[in-house]
Parts: sequence; structure tokens; C-alpha cells
Amino acid sequence: MSAPAGSPHPAASARIPPKLGGAAASGAAAPAGPGPGPHQQNGPAQNQMQVPSGYGLYPQNYVAPSGHYSQGPGKMTSLPLDSQSGDYYPGLYTVPTQNVVTPNTASQQPGAQQMYGRVPPAPHVVGSALGSFQGAMSSASHLQTSASQPYSSFVNHYNSPAMYSVNSSVASQGLPSTCGHYALSAVSNASYPGVPYPSLPAGDPYRQQMLTSQSALTVRPIRESSLSGQNTAVSHPSPLPPPPSQQYQQQQSLSGYSTFSWSAPGLPSTQDNLIRNHTSQVAANNNPTNTVADSLSRSVMQNVQPPKSSPVVSTVLSGASSTRPPPAAPRPAEPAASVAQPPELSQQKGMQYGEYVNNQASSAPTPLSSTSDDEEEEEEDEEAGVDSSSTTSSASPMPNSYDALEGGSYPDMLSSSASSPAPEPAPEPDPAPAPAPAVPQPSKLAKPFGYGYPALQPGYQNATTPLNSGVPPSSPGYSGFQQYAQQYPGMNQLSSSLGGLSLQSSSQPESLRPVNLTQERNILPMTPVWAPVPNLNSDLRKLNCSPDSFRCTLTNIPQTQALLNKAKLPLGLLLHPFRDLTQLPVITSNTIVRCRSCRTYINPFVSFIDQRRWKCNLCYRINDVPEEFMYNPITRSYGEPHKRPEVQNSTVEFIASSDYMLRPPQPAVYLFVLDVSHNAVEAGYLTVLCQSLLENLDKLPGDSRTRIGFMTFDSTIHFYNLQEGLSQPQMLIVSDIDDVFLPTPDSLLVNLHESKELIKDLLNALPNMFTNTRETHSALGPALQAAFKLMSPTGGRVSVFQTQLPSLGAGLLQSREDPNQRSSTKVVQHLGPATDFYKKLALDCSGQQTAVDLFLLSSQYSDLASLACISRYSAGCIYYYPSFHYMHNPSQAEKLQKDLKRYLTRKIGFEAVMRIRCTKGLSMHTFHGNFFVRSTDLLSLANINPDAGFAVQLSIEESLTDTSLVCFQTALLYTSSKGERRIRVHTLCLPVVSSLADVYAGVDVQAAICLLANMAVDRSISSSLSDARDALVNAVVDSLSAYGSTVSNLQHSALIAPSSLKLFPLYVLALLKQKAFRTGTSTRLDDRVYAMCQIKCQPLVHLMKMIHPNLYRIDRLTDEGAIHVNDRVVPQPPLQKLSAEKLTREGAFLMDCGSAFYIWIGKSCDNNFIEDVLGYPNFASIPQKMTHLPELDTLSSERARSFITWLRDNRPLSPVLHVVKDESPAKTEFFQHLIEDRTEAAFSYYEFLLHVQQQICK
Amino acid sequence: MAFTFAAFCYMLSLVLCAALIFFAIWHIIAFDELRTDFKSPIDQCNPVHALVLPEYSIHSLFCIMFLCAQEWLTLGLNVPLLFYHFWRYFHCPADSSELAYDPPVVMNADTLSYCQKEAWCKLAFYLLSFFYYLYWLRFRLGTRPVSSLHPSAQPGVW
Repeated sequence: MSAPAGSPHPAASARIPPKLGGAAASGAAAPAGPGPGPHQQNGPAQNQMQVPSGYGLYPQNYVAPSGHYSQGPGKMTSLPLDSQSGDYYPGLYTVPTQNVVTPNTASQQPGAQQMYGRVPPAPHVVGSALGSFQGAMSSASHLQTSASQPYSSFVNHYNSPAMYSVNSSVASQGLPSTCGHYALSAVSNASYPGVPYPSLPAGDPYRQQMLTSQSALTVRPIRESSLSGQNTAVSHPSPLPPPPSQQYQQQQSLSGYSTFSWSAPGLPSTQDNLIRNHTSQVAANNNPTNTVADSLSRSVMQNVQPPKSSPVVSTVLSGASSTRPPPAAPRPAEPAASVAQPPELSQQKGMQYGEYVNNQASSAPTPLSSTSDDEEEEEEDEEAGVDSSSTTSSASPMPNSYDALEGGSYPDMLSSSASSPAPEPAPEPDPAPAPAPAVPQPSKLAKPFGYGYPALQPGYQNATTPLNSGVPPSSPGYSGFQQYAQQYPGMNQLSSSLGGLSLQSSSQPESLRPVNLTQERNILPMTPVWAPVPNLNSDLRKLNCSPDSFRCTLTNIPQTQALLNKAKLPLGLLLHPFRDLTQLPVITSNTIVRCRSCRTYINPFVSFIDQRRWKCNLCYRINDVPEEFMYNPITRSYGEPHKRPEVQNSTVEFIASSDYMLRPPQPAVYLFVLDVSHNAVEAGYLTVLCQSLLENLDKLPGDSRTRIGFMTFDSTIHFYNLQEGLSQPQMLIVSDIDDVFLPTPDSLLVNLHESKELIKDLLNALPNMFTNTRETHSALGPALQAAFKLMSPTGGRVSVFQTQLPSLGAGLLQSREDPNQRSSTKVVQHLGPATDFYKKLALDCSGQQTAVDLFLLSSQYSDLASLACISRYSAGCIYYYPSFHYMHNPSQAEKLQKDLKRYLTRKIGFEAVMRIRCTKGLSMHTFHGNFFVRSTDLLSLANINPDAGFAVQLSIEESLTDTSLVCFQTALLYTSSKGERRIRVHTLCLPVVSSLADVYAGVDVQAAICLLANMAVDRSISSSLSDARDALVNAVVDSLSAYGSTVSNLQHSALIAPSSLKLFPLYVLALLKQKAFRTGTSTRLDDRVYAMCQIKCQPLVHLMKMIHPNLYRIDRLTDEGAIHVNDRVVPQPPLQKLSAEKLTREGAFLMDCGSAFYIWIGKSCDNNFIEDVLGYPNFASIPQKMTHLPELDTLSSERARSFITWLRDNRPLSPVLHVVKDESPAKTEFFQHLIEDRTEAAFSYYEFLLHVQQQICK
Repeated sequence: MAFTFAAFCYMLSLVLCAALIFFAIWHIIAFDELRTDFKSPIDQCNPVHALVLPEYSIHSLFCIMFLCAQEWLTLGLNVPLLFYHFWRYFHCPADSSELAYDPPVVMNADTLSYCQKEAWCKLAFYLLSFFYYLYWLRFRLGTRPVSSLHPSAQPGVW
């Protein structure tokens, strides 16, 4: 338990309990086990550890974990600028570091080293659970100096960065070939009959945009090309042949590519240009046709919409549909932003913009392609790296290894990291050759490198990605597109997305177009709904935070609370702060620049008053710019603080200094608490769990200090002594559950690497150890208390597996569910906890930085409402597998297995706190999610995982009349699994409006629904379910009637909604029919409570699928509009509305509910489809239970499978596939999701509209 | 009039009222500290809990005493608060009464401002009732309140 890191932990044994008897002799399972040693109780003494992590000063006594902070002078030398200058690691996962090997570099290194006294933690590990594989891979590759595949991929990536730095002239030089492509595409568009060009009114702003876009094309293409290059890299596992030039470079110096990517710092600009050209050409070369196809296809998919929106849009659409020359489509949007600007500016903007876009686009592929996240991630990481620039001249492999480490899960990496998380070895060897891999993007714009301000340099290696955060892998393909789509109003039919842009134009914004809901039959768009783009100027817009991480329900913030009240819409934020990012600038600097009064981190939305002062955008205080900040590591120039990565990216990650620690960073500690009562053994989950753990043991995020422990319990509690040196695991039984104590506190949590063999032995033995148990009781409460005692010295993660109602000891629960009330329409009781035991324990755990994750696998009522508290307040997560049985319910078993894989290997942050700040005048008043609120704006998160989402309700306390912009900033301070303190900062900027119409124009209906759902959950627990339902209906009624009253020419007979809100009633109806809130349909209490838990803690993307599933027709999948992912063609069928009227007997339909997929097969479905896809000759022969699609070698099977795989990617919960035959009993499951239809207990969509209308008229 | 039971009640309540005022101030400070991030809700709520029960019981004691003393007006003034306390006590989350202030919830701005308002209102109420008791104490003690209380006072003044 003694943390190597020097965690202050008091001797575990407070006293030796008088009775040893409590611990029975070792069980049968542990034959060798000598009796338990003296049992020591963990006294309260252990608890002294406390120390909630916060922002606090860490006293000097802080002991750096040996491995992590290598400060020795020797290291220094080995780590050239890198370490000192601070690492700016772009990608979460892999940081492609390039070292800039410029002649300068070598010469400068020594100097640089001298310059910097402090060596920052060399090994910055960017942790990424997901990325582990890839990260590891990539890192490995990086380590090797030889030019391997990754490098080639890098090259591609580099292109983009190069672009970034490139001047306009460069751009023009850019890639002729690519330009050619684009041009072609443009041409095709034009030729396309459907093209709306002509139709555009002369005055239409869009048209102008189009024009500009074309002019901008030259610039843009380059970006695109770079993208495509990246894409190629991604899609092709095989290494791209490095272009000759590249190789040459490499030969020159290992870091060859770095030179490439960034104009080498020292190189004259001309050289830069040349290099760029090189890269660009390379990119072009690399782009196989299919890459182009990729980009095209993507755009296509966006385009797939119905023709309704603005003409411009339609053009795009048409282009897309026509096989797609789509690239043209995105462009027009971009130019729009720059339209007003003078040509030069516009060009530059265009470039930047383009870059931005590209990045987005490039990121986009990820989601799309990611069948295996890992593989792609690697690529992406590299990409990220490209973007990022590092100031450090000498590249040290460190970054790579770092990344890999962070990825953590990779076994190899672990071993390497064992000694010290930071790959020390790497840096040392490097110094001379300046191995390219190490330095993440050496300077994008590196010029003055070295000369400029040596002193300043330490600040950064940065990978500045010009763009915002990458697209989250989680979002299915379209995420990448969001930007595009948003920019281009027409693209999505969704008016909502148009909001911001259209506002700018003089004409009435599309999002305000009144829609008569009762007349509009097909309200649901054919393509996924994007988040609206805030109505900001183009500069700010492209700097703004990705909507995947940060969304606001109103993208136009009302000026006063009165205005907000008038609009009757909820105001709040939806956060997904720890999402897996494909590219993320990581910054190491001695001083993290923050506002002196409100402690806001410097961000892209601050204003620089002059060179030396900046004005905080949240509290408006004027702060000084620290000397170090004056130096820009990217441009290697002095006096351009506004070009710093912190100011160029709204999502950045800082490596925090010891000021941000209350204690040394904790190691990763995992404890598994397993139910082994008869019920549990019967269900057989142990087999699945142990198997999964064995497979993923090496991929658990962590470093050399990682510790792991196991406990099992039935009516007694069993501990396992896994101390290194034992011949086999030793089982220690504590039967005194009233006063739980820890036998041998020191050896229960053991170092994963030192005791790996013992752990494996235990995992192999566990499933069979309890096969004959007759113990039916479950002492969950005492087991949790024991777990808390075990974890409290360090903190970490406790994973609890429970299969029944706790029946013994503290925290025992009674069955509260009355099955007869399941379908009651009146009162649903017992949604709240029955006891405070779990809540209090959770608060204690939270105080000790321990999170409890609950896996509930029960066939009967287990009172999840009470049990969930243990996770809710300790920032854990909850998994629920109703009627789990490894034999009888194989689909659940498979789901558990997949979920476990994700759960065990995903990224994790420990002892985290998240603070949310907003502009003066706004205040947060309620938080939703799993956490403990420590103060008005501070959430305490014992653990943070990439699948956690949060929601915040806001109120406007003071009028915002004196400001036109408001900003929100979340800062997540956490300890990575590599024992590094990091701060991830997201900043969102939104405009303030004073008219009600503008408020409606900016509604983000999905965010609003998710926030409402969270509020409704609170309401149903604190008040009643029917109250919550009424509140939901009232939300629709109020907002629509408020809107109606603003529209003067309203006919009272019609139900009018602004286009931005047209889906609001539909989503609310969906919510009312959701398991959490439905009445009248038989719903088990646990199912209901689980649905509520998910609403509270799922991020928006996943939650929306839960609320409103997507329905696709899959028996006629075509390649039209398909996208390419990993060399696979993924068809993109249009969305169908959720109504039985869309189901035809001749068809087969796929419903994506987030946590489950249903394939409904119509009775007269084409036999060809059944045979080709399902593998059965006809409808009658399809079995009742079918959970897999066979791998048939037919085109339609391939399409169906690739589509499903694509949908499945990047879900936190792996969806189970159910094939449902029409007329089989299982079809009710399917039909209950058809929310537009009438059911016995609920309205159809049309009836609901009438009901709403009636309420409004009342 | 002499030193009646009613007078005793008022005297006692005067003393205890001072204690209640102290409690109320303490609450205000505690919530203010919460709002300004000085303390974690867990740390803060525990001592607050410790004060809740004494406060409620002291106030109930007043009511019982005034009931016995048949001070109907005073009782009437206190009854609303008494009922409020009962409601608070039995309306606590889940099963444990000590969680009158629920650490996870208390930081919600709504809850926090409610708690603060409640504390301010109570402070005002207790302050007013302090002077009210003082007045009635003097009244119950007889017609020569000041001089009897303060022997040093000059009889000639009266």
C-alpha cells in the first residue's frame, strides 16, 4: 500500500484486533494459504490520507515519483529542448513527434539545455484508454528510428500542419494536383443538373459565399489534400511508401520528417516553402483515389438530405447525391465567413479556415472508420502530432513513449514503463540524432527557434493544432462533418443548424422559419441532426469548442433573465469533458497563465489590450502577460502572445505543476469486489469477468506503480493475498461483517507487474472456486466498507459486481417493488434510495478519491435506486444487465464481455476535480451527472472516464447588456494513469442577444432535450413521476406558446414552431415514452431507475440515441452516398421516422437504440435478402433468437455488416443485436420504440401535437 | 406581579433565544463559507447537522413552556416555526434525520440560497422574539420593571 510515489499513507495497521478468529483459515480454494496473518484492522488512521485533490499548493515535501520526474542533469541533457520547453503534445494518444532536425537543432540543443533549468516531467504520458493499442503501437514505432509505416503516415499528416504555417503564397504553391481534384469536383457540381446555382437570387448572401468559396478554393484544396493524405494513412493499414524526398530527409537525420512537416525552424522561409511543396506533393501522391473518395463520400453523406433548404444547400446536396464531387460543398460555407474581408485577408482566413475544416474532416474519418478504434487512433494520433508543433529543437523519443504510456493499455508499453513511466531510455539515446519521433510537432512555424528567446523556450513544445478538438470517435461518422454542415446552412435541412449563420444574413434566419407542426408530415430530417453553430464571427467560430465536448441549449444567450423567462426554454450546458479526442494540444509551461482574480485559464476569447496585457473574458480583469508567454514556441517569435497555442485552441491540456497537487499523484489502483453467492455463481458472470480481465490485464491503464486487488463476498468477505513471493494466492476470510477489518492490509492491493503471475492464477481459479457454494446471502454493505478501507490510503477505482439484493449487514435492502404496480399510470414509488448508507459511503469514498463502479447483473429486483447512490456520488458509473445468465442469455454475456473490454481499457483519470466558470452575470445552479458537488462551481470526481457526461443548469443573475459575448470554461484537473497531473480546458464562446426571436433562432434542440431529461429525472425523484411528465409537456406547451405570442401573424388554428424547435415536441414525446418516464407500460422498477441513471450520466450523443432511436431500412442498402472507412464501404441509408407506417412487410429495418440494435424482418421480406444477409432460406426458417449476422460472402451481407459495425463503433456500451421477426413475441420490444405511434397508454405524435395545441389555446 | 411561571418562561426563553441567535448566525456563516468555497460540503454539513437538532428541540421547548404558561399569543407566534421545523425534520432525505442538509444537494445554487434565506429569516425571527421576550419579561415581572431590575435606579425618576 505504500505508494512508491511517497503517498503519505499512515501505517495501515492501526491496531491488531484482539481476535484473530474473525479471519477464518484460508478456504479450500487457497490450499496453500497459511492461516491469515495477524489481522489488523485498519483504523481510522488510514483515513488520514484524505486530501481531496483540489487546486492547492502542494507543499515542498512533495516527492516526485521516481520514474516520472526525471530531473537528473543527465536526463536534462538527454532531453533536449523538449522536456524543458514543455511538451506540447498534440494527440491524446499518439503524439507524433517530429523532431525538427534542422541544422540548427543540433547546434542549439546544448544551449537550449543550459538555458532551461528545470526539466519538466519528461515522460508526459498522454493517457488514452482507447488509444492504448494504437498509442502503444505508434509509440513503439516512434521509438524505432527507422522509417516505418507510421512515419509515412506522418508525412501525410505533416502536410496539414505545414499548411497551417504556410503563408498564403505557399498555399498557392500548394498542391496543384489536389487543386485539380477539387476543381474537378467543382466542375461536376456545376454540371449537375440539380445544381441550384442559377436559382440563387442575386442578392443572396449565399451566393456570394459560393463565389468566394471558389476563389478560396485554391487555398482550401491544399488543406483538403492534406486531409486526404491523412485519410489515406488511416484507411490503409499498409504503410504508405514514403516519398523519396521523405526518405531522403530521414536519412539525413532521423528526424527527417520533422523537417518536413514544419518548416524546419532554422530554415529560411524559402526552404519552408519547398518543404511544404514536398509534403503537399507527397500528400497528393499518397492520396489514392480512395482517399478522395473518402472525403467525397463524407460530404455526400451530409448532403443526403432532402432538397428543402436554401438553394445553396440544395446545390450541395445535388452534388453529393450525384456521386459526389462534394468537396465543393463544404467550401461554400467557409467562404461565407470570410466574405466580408478583403481579398488578402480572406485568403488567409480561407487557409486557416480550411485548415480548420480539414482537421475536422480528418478527424471525421475516425469516427467513421473506426471499427477498431485503436488502429485508427494511432493514425489519428499521428495526425494530431502533426498539427502540434514543438518548440524543442531536439526531438526526443520521449513524447512517443509518453503517448504510448498514456495509452497505457498496451502491454509492451507497460513493461517498458515499469521502471519509470517516462521512457527514460528514449531520451538519452536521442540527443545526438534528435530522433524525430520524440518531439511532437516541432514547431509549426518554427523560425526563430533557438535564437529568439531561449529563456522563454522552456515553455513549450506544443503541438498546436490549429483546430479545435478532433472529432470524437464516439460520434458516428457525421461528427466530422458537423462543422461543414453547420457552416453551410443549406446542407442540413435542419434549420436548427442554420441558426447562427443565417442570422448573419439579412434575410430571415432559416432557424426561425415558422413550421406548422400539424401540417408537416415528415418532421424528421433524413440525416442526423447537427448542433447549431453559434452566430459568431468567423474568427471566433473557428476557434470555438467542438459541440461534441461542450454544448449550450441556447446558442444565443438571452441578455436578461426576463428574456430567458419569456422564451420558456431551459438554459444550460451539456458537457463531455473527458471525451476521447483525436487531437489535443498539450502544453507544458512553467507558468500556466490564468486570470488573477477569477483564475480563468487563458483562452482564445480573451482580448489582448496591448502586447503586455490581456483582459479576462469572464471577469474582465486586466492581467499582465508573463514574460514566458510572450514567446511563441510555434512561430518561434517573440511578442506574439496571441499566437500561442493556448490562445489558438479552445480545447487544450496543460501539464500541471506541483502547485496543482495536494499530494503526489496517485498510482492507478483497481479493486474488484465480486459477489460469489449462489445466485452469482449460478449466473456465471465470473467466467466472463475473469476471462476478460485476463485478456486485458496488460492493457489496464497505468504505469509501473499500478496496483490491483480482489475481494469476494457472500455472507462473509474474502480477501486475497497476492503478495509477490507467495507460491499461490492466499484467501483470507473475514466473517465478522459487523465490524469489518482488513487482514494484512499491506498485501491485498499488490503491484500489478510484480504479482502478475499470482493474479493470473487467481483469475484462472476464481470461476471454479465457488461452484458448490450454498451461501445465498449477500453482504454488499460490509464488503463495500472493507473496500473503502482498503482504498482510502490511495484512492482509485472499485468495481463492484452484484447479482442480488444485499441481504446482510449494513446497507441491507428490502424488496420494494410491487410487480402489480409496474404498469400503473398513477404513482411510481421508490425511485429514491431506501437508505442513506450507500450515499454516505459514497461521500466517504469521494473524499478519499475512490470511485465505485457498479455492475448489477440480476434477474430480480435489486433496488438499483438505492445501490446506484454508491456510484452516483463517488463519480462512478453504473452498468446493468437484467436477467444475466451466461448460458440462457448469451447476448447479455456477450454484451458484458464487450463492455468490460471497453471498461478495462479506456482512459481513466484519478483524483479529478472539474470547475466550470462562466462570464460574470451568469451563474450555475444545478449540476447533473455522477459526482459530488464540492462548491458552487466545483465538482469532485474521484475518477473521470471518457464516457461520462455532465449537464449544468444556468441562470442569468445580472443583465448582460454590456457584453456581446459570454464564455464558459470547464477545467478538468486530473491525474492521468501515468501519474501525471493534467488540466484539460474547454472554452465555449456564445453571443448575447436581446431579442426573443434571436433566442429562438439559436436553440439547440438536442441539448435542450437532454437538459430537460436530466431535470425531469431530478423532479421525478424529488417529487413524483407524474410531476416530471407534466413538466416535460409543459416545457413544450410553454415554449411553443411563448413563440406563438411573438409571431404576430399567427393563425390560432395552427401549431407553429420555429424551425429550430420543430423537433422539440417529437423529442419530448420520445422522452415521455422512454423507459425512465413512461407510464402505463409494464416497466420494472430497476429498468426505470437504470434508464434514469443513464440519462444523468450519458453524454449527449449517446443519450439522444436512447431517447430517439434511429431507424434505417436495410434491405436495399446501396452504395449511394456511402462512406469509406478502413477500406470498407459503409452505406448511409436515410433515417426513417419512428412509425409503423414506415415499416413495410417487404422490408427489413434496423433500429439503433444506442444500447441495442433491432433488425425487424417483415413477413414478405425478400428471400434474397434473408438468404444473403441472415443466411436462412426464407422467412419461416429464421430462428426466434438471433443475435449475430453471419459473415456471408455476399454484397448485401457485407453492406449490412459494415453498416452495423460502423454504428457500433465507439459506443461506451456495446449494443446487442436482436433480429426480430414480424409476429414473433419479441417484436413488442421493437415496436415500443416506435414513438410516433399510438400505444394503449400514450399518445401518437399527432395526438400529442393536438394535445399541446389544446393546452396552448387554453 | 411577582415572579410567575410565565415570567420564568420568558426569562429562560430569553437566554435560550440568545443561543438560537447564535445558531442562526453560525448557519449563515457556514453557508456563506460554502458559497465562497472555503469548505467542503461534507465537512461543513456535519457540524451544521449537529446544530440542527438542538435548535429544533430548544424551539420546541419554548413552545411547550409557553403552552404550559398559557401564553397564547406568544405560542401563536411560535407555532408556525414549530410546524416548519417538524416538516423539515420529517421531510429529510431517506431515512436519516441528520441529513437535514444533504451534502450532495446542498451545493445546488437553489438549495444553497434557500438554506441561506432560511438562516437569515430565522435570525430575524429570533432577534425579534428576543426583544419580544424581553418586553414580556419586564411586563410579567410587574409594574416596576426597571427599578426592580436595577436597584441603582433613582426612585425619584419615577
